[in-house]
Amino acid sequence: MRQLMTGNYAASYAVKYAGVQVIAAYPITPQTQIVEKLSEMCAAGELKARYINVESEHSAMAACIGASSTGARVFTATSSQGLAYMHELLHWASRARLPVVMTNVNRAMAPGWNVWADQNDSLSQRDTGWMQIYCKSAQEVFDSILMAYKISEKVLLPTMINYDAFFTSHTEEPVDIPDAEKVRDFLPGLRRGRIMDVDDPCAFGTLVAQDTYTEFQYKIQESMQDAKKVITETCAEFKSIFNREYALTEEYKMSDADEVIIATSTMFETASVAVDELRKKGSKTGALRIRYFRPFPSEDIIRALSGKKRALVLDRNISFGAQGIFCQEVLAAAGGKGNMPAISGVVLGLGGR
Amino acid sequence: MTGKIIFGGAGDLPISPFTKGSMVFNKTCAWRNIKPVIDINSCSKCMICWKFCPETAIDIIDGRPAIDYDYCKGCGICAAECPGKAIKMTAEEK
Repeated sequence: MRQLMTGNYAASYAVKYAGVQVIAAYPITPQTQIVEKLSEMCAAGELKARYINVESEHSAMAACIGASSTGARVFTATSSQGLAYMHELLHWASRARLPVVMTNVNRAMAPGWNVWADQNDSLSQRDTGWMQIYCKSAQEVFDSILMAYKISEKVLLPTMINYDAFFTSHTEEPVDIPDAEKVRDFLPGLRRGRIMDVDDPCAFGTLVAQDTYTEFQYKIQESMQDAKKVITETCAEFKSIFNREYALTEEYKMSDADEVIIATSTMFETASVAVDELRKKGSKTGALRIRYFRPFPSEDIIRALSGKKRALVLDRNISFGAQGIFCQEVLAAAGGKGNMPAISGVVLGLGGR
Repeated sequence: MTGKIIFGGAGDLPISPFTKGSMVFNKTCAWRNIKPVIDINSCSKCMICWKFCPETAIDIIDGRPAIDYDYCKGCGICAAECPGKAIKMTAEEK
C-alpha cells in the first residue's frame, strides 16, 4: 500500500516490519522522529520489541551490542555528534561480528552548529568495519533497512543506512509499504544461534594476542569483500518479491555518455536533472550513484567509467587537507586501471547548502 | 576449565572473538617481571592473599594458598597484603 511519509517514518516502519526485538536509542535532530515513532509503536503494542531508554548514544550502541550478542535483532538510529559519540562502540560491533543495523541521518558536524545535510559524520566512521549505504529516497530507506538485516546477518558485519537530513528525513514522499507476510518471507525471524548463551557460557571481549589478532582482521576484510556478492544476491531476491531494483551503484543515461557526474544520496537526483538539461544542450552526460560506500564497489565503478572521457565527483563532505572523500575513493579505485576518464572532484552542499 | 582450546591456530579461528577457552591459550604470565613465592612454613593459611589477588591466580589446594604461575602477572599485591610476610617477590627466572 502506498502511503505518504517522511524518510524518518519510512525507517520506523521498516524496523517494525523487520520484526526488530530490541531498540536502544538517544534522540538527536534530525533522527528523533524515527525512534519517537518506534516508541509509540512499542507503547501501543503493535511492535513487540524491548525499547531501552539510554542516557547517550555510546550507551545506545552498547545496549545494541549486548542484545545482539544474545541473538536478538536490534536497531538504533543517530546523527552527527551522536554518531561521533558512538565511535568506540562502532568498532566493538563490527569486530565482534554483530549484525547491528542503524540508520544515521547525515547531518553536519559542529561547530558551527548546523542540523542540515552533510556526510562528514558517517564518512568519519569509514574505518570502523560497518557496511555503509547512502539512500536517495524514503522508499529506498525502507527497502534498504529490510535488506540490511538480511545482508548483515549473512555477512556478520553491521550496517549503517545513511540518508540526507531534511531532504530525505523530513520530506514526505510516497512509500510503498508491502504486505507484512511478504516481508516475513523475505526476512524470516531469528537469524542464527546466539553468541552469548547462559547455558553455554563464553567470554565477552576475550584477549586476542599478537598471534591471532591479524587473522581476525583478515576475516573482516574477507567478509567485506564477500559482502558484495551477498548484497547483489539479496537485491535480486528483493526485486523478485517487491519489484524494486537496487545494486551497489546506480546509473542514469550512462550507456552512451562521454562525461559522468558521480554523486551520492539526494544529490544524485539533482545530478540526474542536470544530465537531462545538459543533454538538451547536446552534451552526452550520464550520472553514476555510489550507493554502497563500504564495501566500496570499485569493480562496478571501473566498469561504469571505462571508456568515458571525463568524470566529476560531487562531494557533500570534505577530508580537510585532502579533498572530497568519495572523489578520493573513486581515484583510488581507478588508479592504475586502463581506459579511465580524467577524474576531478568538487566539494559542495556542505551543511545543507 | 570446561572450555576447549579453540585458538590453536588461524585455521580454526571462530568468526567472533567472543568465545570460550581463550584464557587456556593466552597464558598471561608472560607479562610478569617479578615473581611471588610463598614460604609455606611462615604461612598462617589466613587466605588474605587469595582474597586480594586481582587476577584470581591464587588457588586453595589442600587448605593452603598456591600461586598459579600461568596467570600470575607479578603485581605483588599478595606480598604487600600478607600479614606474616610469608610471600616474597623474587627475580623472575626467564
